[in-house]
Amino acid sequence: MVDLKIDLNGLELKNPVMTASGTFGYGEEFMDFFDISRLGGVMVKGTTLEHREGNAYPRMAETPQGMLNAVGLQNKGVHYFAEHIYPRIKDYGTHMFVNVSGSKIEDYIKTAEVVNDLEHIPGIELNISCPNVKEGGMAFGTSCPSAVAVVEAVRKVYKKHLMVKLSPNVTNIAEIGAAVEGAGADSISLINTLLGMAIDAKTRKPILSTITGGLSGPAVKPIALRMVWQVAQAVKVPIVGMGGIMNTTDAIEFMLAGASAIQVGTANFIDPCVTDKIVVGLEQYCQENGFSKVSDLIGAMEV
Amino acid sequence: MKKYIDDFKVIKNERLNYEYVILTLQHPGQMPEMMPGQFVEVRVDNGPNTFLRRPISIHDVDMEANTMKLLVQEIGDGTRLMGQLKEGDNCNLVYPLGNSFSLPEKKRVLLVGGGCGIAPLLYMGRHLVANGIEPQFLLGARTQEGLIAMDAFSELGQLYTTTEDGSHGTKGFVIHHPVMRTQSPEIDQIYTCGPEAMMKVVAKYAKNHGIKCEVSLENHMACGFGACLCCVADTLDGHKCTCTDGPVFDSTYLKW
Ligand SMILES: Cc1cc2nc3c(=O)[nH]c(=O)nc-3n(C[C@H](O)[C@H](O)[C@H](O)COP(=O)(O)OP(=O)(O)OC[C@H]3O[C@@H](n4cnc5c(N)ncnc54)[C@H](O)[C@@H]3O)c2cc1C
Ligand SMILES: Cc1cc2nc3c(=O)[nH]c(=O)nc-3n(C[C@H](O)[C@H](O)[C@H](O)COP(=O)(O)O)c2cc1C
Ligand code: FES
Repeated sequence: MVDLKIDLNGLELKNPVMTASGTFGYGEEFMDFFDISRLGGVMVKGTTLEHREGNAYPRMAETPQGMLNAVGLQNKGVHYFAEHIYPRIKDYGTHMFVNVSGSKIEDYIKTAEVVNDLEHIPGIELNISCPNVKEGGMAFGTSCPSAVAVVEAVRKVYKKHLMVKLSPNVTNIAEIGAAVEGAGADSISLINTLLGMAIDAKTRKPILSTITGGLSGPAVKPIALRMVWQVAQAVKVPIVGMGGIMNTTDAIEFMLAGASAIQVGTANFIDPCVTDKIVVGLEQYCQENGFSKVSDLIGAMEV
Repeated sequence: MKKYIDDFKVIKNERLNYEYVILTLQHPGQMPEMMPGQFVEVRVDNGPNTFLRRPISIHDVDMEANTMKLLVQEIGDGTRLMGQLKEGDNCNLVYPLGNSFSLPEKKRVLLVGGGCGIAPLLYMGRHLVANGIEPQFLLGARTQEGLIAMDAFSELGQLYTTTEDGSHGTKGFVIHHPVMRTQSPEIDQIYTCGPEAMMKVVAKYAKNHGIKCEVSLENHMACGFGACLCCVADTLDGHKCTCTDGPVFDSTYLKW
């Protein structure tokens, strides 16, 4: 028996496999395909203080081994979430985390306060890295002072597990990682999408309504892996790695680079059962390679 | 409706012309029920340019044989690879997805299609016949060669055609056909699927004549089952997912 449990700075996950925000709905969309209580955690959609309609269609462009999205945080707002969605999802048998987004520090604080009162939500992921909203969003995550300001402000009002999600659209990600750790993050997740764009040569027009969007999928994996490794060197808090994870091998690579847990995003669209397969695959890998605990893989890259 | 993910077997790949094929896919066991207007998400090959699944309408269903048919127009890498599938190949589907066409309140029904948009109309036609309604079809193409699967449609009901070059049926677009020109049309309900420009004029015609009209949209999708919010249509109630709230919408509900 392999021990799959992960200690995320005091919060126990039954295994390291989580889903990434914006790619797994509220979990319900996947229930026909597998039992989502088998997951280590589910990160629900980006949630903001107010209702947001998101960006205009087209919001998606397929690119080589990846995709660009410009959804723009479409959601009904945190109050709607607390009233209508939370009661439905609170007993799913896995940790349901809320991805908190905003444009102003004030909004992040108010949203986090609402989620803090939801008993069965063990933590939030502070999204200071969304490339798809006009103001705020990613801007917070691209400089140390603004990242620190928003994390410190939320830390004051949010009493449970505070995960902070970093943007890869920066020059020195390790520096930002260290700064948000100092500001009170319990864990750090990365990467959010990379800013990219696509043009249709036939029509000579941009494909996305917003012109630029966020790149995800296998195309970003080497960059994500490098960033996870760099941040792992710079901080002590656990890291949740993501970016292009399609299968067990990818997940193991992120753990070897220093991630305590992983999130799977775009791959859910192609194989809705992929996260369940990774849970099984991790156990198999540990068995075959003589690891009694999956946590022994964390940072175990041999150089 | 419960969604599934299964490997189907290709049992037939019938080439209709230079750009269209009909794939017949065999379910590994007892195929679940599917409704007309619903679609499947096809796993292509995970090559560099065919990373995401491709949404394709359910063209026809045979519950006794546990098979379904897909009508595929080859317009890019993904659909071209589907066109090359051979007998015995596997084809992985997530299905059945989306809502479906509704049954009409009255009996006089016209189904209007163009391009690969004719695909869901065959299964809808079969469903109508099974419910005692004789459908009329109006199908348009650029040329005679583009008019495909005509026999299957004409078996189910009256078939009208238009071609842009006049090589078959009425010359022009579907909207130029006599059934859509009369000032007092004998139609209670229209179902349409095809290029957006075509659906818009059909929807406008329906509105002007007080005819109920359902349109089936082909928005670009990443997941096909409500997880990504990439496929939204602009509706009276704001953004709605084409893959779960659609692909079929009442035309007056869309902000067109
Ligand atoms: C609900 C629905 C039902 C459909 N039914 C059929 C059908 O029965 N038969 C058929 O031939 N086609 C159908 N289509 C269109 C079909 O999905 C596209 O032609 C196909 O995805 C193109 O892929 P490609 O790799 O060949 O082309 P490419 O242009 O190389 O594709 C690039 C990307 O754009 C997307 N894309 C391009 N064109 C379309 C389009 N028209 N609609 C949606 N996504 C597109 C692709 O999925 C891919 O992600 C349907 C689309 C939808 C949304
Ligand atoms: C359609 C889509 C929507 C997303 N929405 C969010 C979001 O609301 N909040 C967020 O923090 N990240 C969001 N992301 C980013 C993912 O959570 C993840 O960081 C990124 O996609 C990289 O992982 P992947 O390559 O496994 O997809 C979104 C990604 C996609 C593809
Ligand atoms: S395609 Fe993902 S929500 Fe519709």
